[in-house]
Amino acid sequence: MTLLISVFAAVICTVIWYKNAPKNEMMVGVLCWLYWGSSIMWFVDAVFEYAELGAEYFTPEAADMLNDTFLGLSVVALGMVIWVVALLIKDPKGVVKKALTKKEITT
Amino acid sequence: MACVLVPAAEALVTTIAAKVIEKKEKDHGEVKSTAGSSDAGHSVKIPFSKKLKWLTNMLWGGAVLLIYEHVWHGEIVPWFPFLTAASDPADTAEMLHEMSTVGVTMALLITAVWVGMLAVCSAMEKRAESEASADKEETA
Repeated sequence: MTLLISVFAAVICTVIWYKNAPKNEMMVGVLCWLYWGSSIMWFVDAVFEYAELGAEYFTPEAADMLNDTFLGLSVVALGMVIWVVALLIKDPKGVVKKALTKKEITT
Repeated sequence: MACVLVPAAEALVTTIAAKVIEKKEKDHGEVKSTAGSSDAGHSVKIPFSKKLKWLTNMLWGGAVLLIYEHVWHGEIVPWFPFLTAASDPADTAEMLHEMSTVGVTMALLITAVWVGMLAVCSAMEKRAESEASADKEETA
C-alpha cells in the first residue's frame, strides 16, 4: 500500500512537472525525485517480500493494510513538507525576499 | 531493517562526486546549458555534474522517505546505537544480510534507472545537435 501511494504521488507530480515544463518556479521536480526514489526502493522491498511470501503478499491483513496506508499518506505528507521548505529557502519567485524587504521598509 | 543505509551511502558518494565534477567543469569553463536551449553557437549538452545530480536527488529522496519508514517501524531510533538490530548479534547478522541483498539491489536499480535516463538524454542531445547542424547548413 505504501508503494502504491508513493507511485501515485510520483506519477501525479511528474504530470504536474511536465505540464509546467520548462518553467520550474514551483520546484515540483523536488517532489518527483523524492517520490520516484522512494517508489523504486519500495518496489525492490516488495519484490523481496513477494519472493519470501509468494501470493500471500497480495492478501495482507486489514490491520497491516491500514497501517501501511497511514504510512504511505504520512510519507507523502513528509515529502510535501520537504518540498515546501526547499521552495521557501530557494524562493525561485522571490516572494519571500520581497515580503521580508517590504516588512523592513514599513518598520 | 537497515537496507536504506546502502543507497544513503551511495548518495553521499555521488553528492561529493557531483561537487568535485562541477568544480572541474567550472574550472574548464564548460558551457552550462539545459535541454531544449539550442541557441546557435551553444552546446545542447547537459553537463555531467547536472546528470549526476539526478542520481543524487533520487538516492537522497528515496533514502529520506525510507529512513522515515524505518523510524515508523521502530527499526531506527534517535538514540545510540540508532539501529535496533545493532543491539543483538543475531539481529545484526540478519541486518547485514538484508543490507547486502535488499539494500544493494535498491542502489543498483536506482543506478540502472539513472543509466537509462542518461541513454535517453544522450539520444536526445545527439538528435538536437544534428537538427542544429542541419539548420545551420540550410541557412548557409
